[in-house]
Amino acid sequence: MLSYAIRRLFGAVPTLLLLVAVAFFMMRLAPGGPFDKERKVPAEVLANLEKAYHLDEPLIAQFVRYLGNVLRGDFGPSFKYKDFSVTELIWGGFPTSLTLGGTAILLAGVIGITLGIFAALRQNTMVDYVLMASAMTGIALPNFVVAPLLTLVFGLWLSWLPVGGWGDSWTQGILPIVALTLPEIAAIARLTRASMIETLRSNYVRTARAKGLPERVAILRHALKGALLPVISYLGPAVAGIITGSIIIEQIFSIPGIGRYFVQASLNRDYTLVMGVTIFYGVIIILFNLAVDLIYGFLDPKVRYD
Amino acid sequence: MPSTPRTAERAGAEAPPLLEVSNLETNFSTPDGEVPAVGGVSFTLGRDETLGVVGESGSGKSQIFMSIMGLLSTNGRARGSVKFDGEEILNLPRAGLNRIRGDRMSMIFQDPMTSLNPYLTVGRQLTEVLVTHKGMNESEAREAAVAMLDRVQIPEAGRRIDMYPHEYSGGMRQRAMIAMALLCRPELLIADEPTTALDVTIQAQILELIGEIRAQGSTAIILITHDLGVVAGLCDRVMVMYAGRIVESGSVADIFYRPQHPYTEGLLHSMPRLDEKDAKRLATIPGQPPNLQRLPPGCAFEPRCQHRIEVCKTTIPPLRDSGAGRRKACHLERS
Repeated sequence: MLSYAIRRLFGAVPTLLLLVAVAFFMMRLAPGGPFDKERKVPAEVLANLEKAYHLDEPLIAQFVRYLGNVLRGDFGPSFKYKDFSVTELIWGGFPTSLTLGGTAILLAGVIGITLGIFAALRQNTMVDYVLMASAMTGIALPNFVVAPLLTLVFGLWLSWLPVGGWGDSWTQGILPIVALTLPEIAAIARLTRASMIETLRSNYVRTARAKGLPERVAILRHALKGALLPVISYLGPAVAGIITGSIIIEQIFSIPGIGRYFVQASLNRDYTLVMGVTIFYGVIIILFNLAVDLIYGFLDPKVRYD
Repeated sequence: MPSTPRTAERAGAEAPPLLEVSNLETNFSTPDGEVPAVGGVSFTLGRDETLGVVGESGSGKSQIFMSIMGLLSTNGRARGSVKFDGEEILNLPRAGLNRIRGDRMSMIFQDPMTSLNPYLTVGRQLTEVLVTHKGMNESEAREAAVAMLDRVQIPEAGRRIDMYPHEYSGGMRQRAMIAMALLCRPELLIADEPTTALDVTIQAQILELIGEIRAQGSTAIILITHDLGVVAGLCDRVMVMYAGRIVESGSVADIFYRPQHPYTEGLLHSMPRLDEKDAKRLATIPGQPPNLQRLPPGCAFEPRCQHRIEVCKTTIPPLRDSGAGRRKACHLERS
């Protein structure tokens, strides 16, 4: 299993290279540059700045130079936050983003799976219909709609919860986490329900019942494991969804995480910061997908790593 | 009849039959309306008896026993009465049924590939039965499970018990299913097409195993199959099903050598025979199996029957005694 994991990691290198290349050139294709200000910068100052950051070299040369630096672990200085390196900024925002995203994925898993099982066991009853209709709504509503709605209702009208900020009180986390989690809860609940219904009809669950096992055992021991496999596979995409979601959510709720840097860096054409965050997200998604595959093998005895 | 401990307890009183089914009806509600899968079936099964239930697909033969075991799919409803050892068990709440199924009455299924849980070791699937019904601890249960796997001739049972079903061959999986069903020494074993999904040579081995269980006594066996050859070798009595009803029942010898119902005759004629000199075309029963939702008002077999008479079109023939220990559902008077 270890050798499988190592091979997978080596296999991720071309993926990452492609990601770096696409992000690098797309960023440069975007109009404007890091030193464009409202007030025009004198031409010779601009030339000096560009020389200092090697922006005057041909694009390919810049790309090669950047790749070399990245391989040495140097993501360069931020163009915007001039006193900080990209690495410092990412590590500075990471604990916040991890708390936000980690809580969201955990809640999405626990609540989504529970609701899915609940709906499956009461298939075609009112409970099932209400749950699945809500889930459909949850999937259909993007979080940039959900977040302002939540802010409006719970922050402004009811004044129950703070509408932004981070770290002063745990209540500041509630609205962003709810906004981030709802669509994933919905997706996981629907997936769990469908897969649970299928498993409950399977021959081996019928065998479990024929053996006279209590229904609780037939469901938890016999049906659940098989039913959760598709849900586990979905966790990879779910993490990607949470990451992209958190970029928007952190911006809306003024949370000092990586996502917020990412948005502002893109707007400021802060080339190095955008690149750094892109690579960081890429690595996290690759690692998480690997983890999901390893968990899958742990659950399904038919999967062998060789 | 060898007396089992349970029958000994009833010494003095007349022991009820092991299984007594009266007027069992099973319906499925589907988007196209009610489908009557079992249309009023009555029979009894004695202790240590081996009963063959034959019929084509859709004749309701499996659904009778799914109803008895409480394993109908959620759109299925059973009515009537099923008494197991004198106790009414049809539509019993799950907890009540779970005292009996898997313990005193167990069932094996057609497809051993999908009937074992692919995510649990064979050992786990065996020991949980003993832990549930016999209150054993894991190590006692494991010991008993290895012994049972040994008894159904799984080689190296002590090692194979820790394997997953996908590491077993098809025949071994069905042996493991049988072992699982026999763990609690049930009084009734229901085998639903236990050999249909297996290779011919493996079929023979599994049938031999069921024959051994039968020879040891103390377990009554119901063998559901569409293979008359299987029935001939193993069963005491046969029940022939058509369109959700019993059309004929009797001893194996009577049914095979002196069939009274035209459908049974047709079935027997459509069996390939090794002793026939010149290879003829295999005989078939003309027509199609009936649509259960649009059964004719009379005998369900009437449209395909070569001996039909006027009354067959209008009146469903009742199942009536037709000689020593046999019954048939046919208007024709012949023997």
